[in-house]
Amino acid sequence: MSTYAQKKGFGATIWDYLTTVDHKKIAILYLIAGGFFFIVGGLEAMFIRIQLAIPANDFLSAGLYNEILTMHGTTMIFLAAMPLIFAFMNAVMPLQIGARDVAFPFLNSLGFWLFFFGGVFLNLSWFLGGAPDAGWTSYASLSLASEGHGIDFYVLGLQISGAGTLIGGINFLVTIINMRAPGMTYMRMPLFTWSTFVTSALILFAFPPLTVALFMMLFDRLFGGNFFDPLMGGNTIIWEHLFWIFGHPEVYILVLPAFGIFSEIFAIFSRKRLFGYSSMVFATVLIGFLGFMVWAHHMFTTGLGPIANAIFSVATMAIAVPTGIKIFNWLFTMWGGSITFTTPMLYAIAFIPTFTMGGVTGIMLASAAQDYQYHDSYFVVAHFHYVIVGGVVFALLAGLHLYWPKMFGTMLSEKLGKITFWLFVIGFHLTFFIQHFLGLMGMPRRIFTFNKGQGFDAANMVSTVGAFFMAVATVVLLINVIVTIVKNERIGNDPWGDGRTLEWAIPSPPPFYNFKQLPLVRGLDAYWIEKMDGKTEMTPAEPIGDIHMPNNSFIPFVISLGLFIAAFGAMYHGNHAWGIPVLIIGMLITFGSMFVRSVKDDHGYHIHKEELMDDDKGGKA
Amino acid sequence: MTNEQLNSGNPKVDIEYRRKKSAEEMRYQIISFAMMIFLTLVAFVAVGYDGFSGWFTIPFILVLAGVQVVFQLYYFMHMSHKGHEAPALFLYSGVFVAFITLLAFMTIIWW
Repeated sequence: MSTYAQKKGFGATIWDYLTTVDHKKIAILYLIAGGFFFIVGGLEAMFIRIQLAIPANDFLSAGLYNEILTMHGTTMIFLAAMPLIFAFMNAVMPLQIGARDVAFPFLNSLGFWLFFFGGVFLNLSWFLGGAPDAGWTSYASLSLASEGHGIDFYVLGLQISGAGTLIGGINFLVTIINMRAPGMTYMRMPLFTWSTFVTSALILFAFPPLTVALFMMLFDRLFGGNFFDPLMGGNTIIWEHLFWIFGHPEVYILVLPAFGIFSEIFAIFSRKRLFGYSSMVFATVLIGFLGFMVWAHHMFTTGLGPIANAIFSVATMAIAVPTGIKIFNWLFTMWGGSITFTTPMLYAIAFIPTFTMGGVTGIMLASAAQDYQYHDSYFVVAHFHYVIVGGVVFALLAGLHLYWPKMFGTMLSEKLGKITFWLFVIGFHLTFFIQHFLGLMGMPRRIFTFNKGQGFDAANMVSTVGAFFMAVATVVLLINVIVTIVKNERIGNDPWGDGRTLEWAIPSPPPFYNFKQLPLVRGLDAYWIEKMDGKTEMTPAEPIGDIHMPNNSFIPFVISLGLFIAAFGAMYHGNHAWGIPVLIIGMLITFGSMFVRSVKDDHGYHIHKEELMDDDKGGKA
Repeated sequence: MTNEQLNSGNPKVDIEYRRKKSAEEMRYQIISFAMMIFLTLVAFVAVGYDGFSGWFTIPFILVLAGVQVVFQLYYFMHMSHKGHEAPALFLYSGVFVAFITLLAFMTIIWW
């Protein structure tokens, strides 16, 4: 019996998670933190919809509405969608390429804690004098005029969590380039791994512009800079460009992994190889490439001039081509397949028409001349919710059901899952479909109320009712999770029965070293190939030998905590004398712990061959 | 990269071949080093000489700078060797993104 598998007390478990560098445990941390922020952002959405349910409502004041609206967008994008995607990338990608962990386990942990402290910092604004209130885009002309510290919370919080995301992205890139199992060529990688790869590249190139923009904003607001102040010779448009140079790729950072998850689901539950695998890879890369040349379509009405508008308009429409390739490939994957309608598959099927609708309104918005009509109306709100909820959130819910057994070793209830699905999908279309027409009728976005007799009453009520459907769906999902955890019925390697890729060849949850022997990959859908040859497990690519493992470390937590403390110092240095000392202390904690990490050698440890041989649950490759 | 196995003790490693490779590598490095110093001198002369207008000098030294970067990457940082495909891909992607960004800023913000 291995000593690593002892039953632990509660405190020891907490300490284990605070110090863990295991990608599977970090995935669980991302899932919990992202899930928490998803609930927070969802509550904010409910407040927005309650306020807008009836005309001239006074449920929220105008100022508070602005804060809630800003925090809804910021939380959902940065603190819910991104970490939940990172949860699945962490949990699944190393297993799919047959690796024992990511390339830099320590950095993986650091990335999580930076994100976590950034998110906590941002949300503390609710209790410390007011949240940011300039929209999630935080355009400089508005945000520089915002009083109080709301925008400072936004800038500092996103700076810290953005650093974590960048670290995570680089880590995934190196992992995929360097740590693929023998035989796992690029063109044999599962599509979720491919989308993780392209997404990570997008993170690598898209987050630095955001970092630069946030630093400029930080200096403008807190340290007397004038980057965005036209009166002092700055230029307020620079923020908009930098934000969208980041912001547009960000949309693809979110949606490409969603495409990856759905590609896995379509193949598994149609019992067919993914149709047009190589064209799928090509389309993924092409979407990532084009994603960097279209950002100005968010700025058609700022007065770029007809030539720039035309170029960005055409470039934007070009993205419909690779996306269309994907849609047809998914349809052809299902064509003639033996389809089982499990919960993940239901989400995947609902995703196709929903996302296509979001794509079509996207093309409408991409046309610069039309955009002048749609600009800043509820039409835009409807469009991006169709893409982000219909694409990303559907994928996250589908992925949760699909990968829950691999992450936790138990199955979420299919019955409750299907109830969640129907409530959510009906609620989603009820909420957002009608918003297209609200926009066309002239309702502007980001307003806190409207008057009777403007013709918006009925449609807004319908929209709010839909939002309650989604809220109930989320509650059912939470019940499902709790029931599943309490029941604790363990399942085997391949609970869906038709797993195709490497992660389904090993136990659920996998042993902490993942693969006792690295598997030999003989083609796309490696596990499926072995199954078709009548085998039950992968062929090992190496004899059993010692496995080198990294030690746990508390340092990532401390590094992130230092930045968290320093951020308070930076923010309050204008109001209180303790600001600068606190800033320095925080930085000392961060750099001090980095120094300790640098000078103290930590070579990790080995799991010895003898222990591995006894450990029968450590599934053979 | 080529030098790594000189002292490996592996009988299969052909020391003569390695040595030749290293010498060749050294020659390239010295040639490119001399070229870089020469190009730097040319750049200084171009700026210092009054006969050239800015319309010639600025594009000219930018071209020289580009050449220097290539020398630096390919001869001193060994990007010409095998196994550097992924770094090269990401390097060029980064250059491309930065170029697009600068181009947009130069043409539609600061025109």
